[in-house]
Amino acid sequence: MIAEFGSFALVLAFALSLAQAGLSAAGRWRLSPALSGAGEGAAAGAFICVAAAFAALMFAFVTSDFSVANVAANSHTDKPLFYKITGVWGSHEGSMLLWCLALTAYGAVMALAGRGLPMRLKSSAVAVQGLLGVLFVGYTVFASNPLVRLNDPPVEGHSLNPLLQDPFLALHPPFLYAGYVGMSVVFSLSLAALIERRVDAAWARWVRPWALAAWSLLTVGIMLGSFWSYYVLGWGGWWSWDPVENASFMPWLAATALLHSATVTEKRGALSGWTVFLGLVAFTFSMLGAFLVRSGVLTSVHAFAIDPARGILLLTILGVAAGAGFAMFAWRAPQLTAGGLFAPVSREAALVLNNLFIAAATAAVLFGTLFPLIRQATTGDAVSVGPPYFNRTFAPLMAAVLVMLPFAPLLPWKRADLLGAAQRLWAAAGLALLAGVAIVALARPGDAVSACGAALGVWLIGGTLTELVERVRGGGAKAGEVWSRLARLPRGTWGMSLAHIGLGVFILGAAMETSGRVESAKVLAPGDSTTVAGYQLTLDRVAPFDGPNYAAERASVSVMRNGARVCSADPERRFYPANQQTTSRVAICVRGLSDLYLVLGEPRAAASGAPVWLVRAYWNPWVRLIWAGPLLMALGGLVSLSDRRLRLGVPRRAAHAPAPALEAAE
Amino acid sequence: MKRLLAIAAALLCMAAAGDPGDQLRNPVQEAHARQLFREIRCIVCQSESIDESDADLAHDVRQLVRQDVAAGETDAQIKAELVRRYGEFILLQPRFSLANAVLWVTPFIIAVAGIAVIAFASAGFRRKARESAKGADELSPAEAARVRTLIEE
Repeated sequence: MIAEFGSFALVLAFALSLAQAGLSAAGRWRLSPALSGAGEGAAAGAFICVAAAFAALMFAFVTSDFSVANVAANSHTDKPLFYKITGVWGSHEGSMLLWCLALTAYGAVMALAGRGLPMRLKSSAVAVQGLLGVLFVGYTVFASNPLVRLNDPPVEGHSLNPLLQDPFLALHPPFLYAGYVGMSVVFSLSLAALIERRVDAAWARWVRPWALAAWSLLTVGIMLGSFWSYYVLGWGGWWSWDPVENASFMPWLAATALLHSATVTEKRGALSGWTVFLGLVAFTFSMLGAFLVRSGVLTSVHAFAIDPARGILLLTILGVAAGAGFAMFAWRAPQLTAGGLFAPVSREAALVLNNLFIAAATAAVLFGTLFPLIRQATTGDAVSVGPPYFNRTFAPLMAAVLVMLPFAPLLPWKRADLLGAAQRLWAAAGLALLAGVAIVALARPGDAVSACGAALGVWLIGGTLTELVERVRGGGAKAGEVWSRLARLPRGTWGMSLAHIGLGVFILGAAMETSGRVESAKVLAPGDSTTVAGYQLTLDRVAPFDGPNYAAERASVSVMRNGARVCSADPERRFYPANQQTTSRVAICVRGLSDLYLVLGEPRAAASGAPVWLVRAYWNPWVRLIWAGPLLMALGGLVSLSDRRLRLGVPRRAAHAPAPALEAAE
Repeated sequence: MKRLLAIAAALLCMAAAGDPGDQLRNPVQEAHARQLFREIRCIVCQSESIDESDADLAHDVRQLVRQDVAAGETDAQIKAELVRRYGEFILLQPRFSLANAVLWVTPFIIAVAGIAVIAFASAGFRRKARESAKGADELSPAEAARVRTLIEE
């Protein structure tokens, strides 16, 4: 009964999305606040209905109602409650429902909270968001309904893929989808701006909080996914340029470029066409990601729910939505007015270069991801595009961005003095050089790439701190004044600095991890020892262990350093009878910023017949920075979001004054 | 079925190449072989290199590469042999061939073309700035005539 109620709510959500699009469009056409208000109400209704359907599915999972096909395929009575709940978005159907939930939630928030927006722009944006809802909720209702019943319900479910039964992966999709779909608001506002022929500083200010929120959530989502593959897949890697990883990375890159170009549009009224273009691109990449991941056209370690027939449908949705967006762009963009002029050396110019190189690097990711398909379609050859390609294209292009980065905040708008900025950065440059030389000399001689990475990381952190110090001490402030100046810095500045420092922290961690990683694999019998990176590991014993829905072999490994016990680690090999799968559970001994990472391999028979195990151990120096960096970046996004100038109420006051004049002029 | 295969492949590809029994005696050669492993795909896995994969085929290819490295073959020879056996699909780094030119060149073309556009635009900016500076100093004949009439009045 609850499942039928959910199905009904989902169909109702589809109808309400249609109403949202129709009423808002009519409200815009006839300039009727009543019709537009009804459209906004429909947006809120669509969200409530999708939330009800989502709750119905969750109820079916929690009560193990195997007459619902999706529950039978992805759940099991023995599964812990937490994974019953997260199983809701573990399958294709469930994850698309999560997508719809996020899409309608954003639509409802924009409709109800965006009071500062001018009526025409808002009605158009709500209508576009409604059309997106029609496409995606319609897809869920007609092609991938997660609440469909089975005629012949099984007694027991197939359970969720054990690799997905993990606390980090449970959190990863909600963050990722909230980020992906957050770009839909940016898309709607961009399209609405093109419809209204209004792309100006005020518009950029309205787009910015949405882009910031989506970008921050996407950053956390990608980081969680990377952390998951680091400790679940069992080989210690955290990024492999896999198609699914690339699919989540492309919207992030586009959103990063958008945040920077929107700053120029907001502060100087320039680059408006480019900012709108990026707003369309970011959500297009989100949809492309959903298509690539769900259709299975690309092979990936992360593709858990694939289906070619649905792929065609998703491709059609992508084509319709993106096609309409870019057609409108091609039509209206030439009519957009060019904004303020700026000199070749200025903050605007630095941000243009940032966007140019990020765009080129994104093109490398896009081509690298799609090229196997292109070759297959044109010449029929199967080719692979793997990490070596991205290291040779994406990395140098992004390195160019990173080298330029510390300059930009030191350059004033309109016209700047490059030499002056360079003079202020000499200390950061010196430190960066020192870090690079230290890596070459100490950690791994001859590893130029890691040395450059470490130098870049230090350069970013040092350069950003330089800018903060300049702001606080500029003009010879007294000691007492420093703190009050620091406290008075706008939140936006703090957010930017945090995000840039986070990027530096990440780069530094990535460089240290790749240059200093030590690996060892030894066949050990209980009582045997091995050493890795100065740590002595002793396999004390391997004993059977029964989990809630798996049987495991659990090893106890004591870790010693200089004769003192440091920690004990318990890597496992788990067997899940419901899925007939074996997985390995990594044990990580955290040592400050670094990890000692242990994997228990398969048992073997020694010459004497006694069982022995292959134990792999990795020393991953500074690897924690790889997760800390993105967290700092997301925190920066949130701090910037809390800036007084960005709060939703503020544009209302700003917008009211010039609005009548504009309306009269039209 | 395809989904089951995908999961099975993901599970097979779960550990690494460092099995102590397989390693080459010469540590320099072993390190070089490991370097090469990262550029060779495990062709039965889901986008993983043979360095990361535990699949039987990945193991076989690793042993093949180790033998070739020990025999002193060059990287190019080893890769050519692998491509002959398994096709270009096995190389994680696509070759610099005409068919792959689009892939390798596009990102850099975008960067270079963008710089050209920016240079062009900034030349336009300089010209405009010069003109407006000139315009501020000198009056056009019409303006000069208007100034004269204003003064005379």
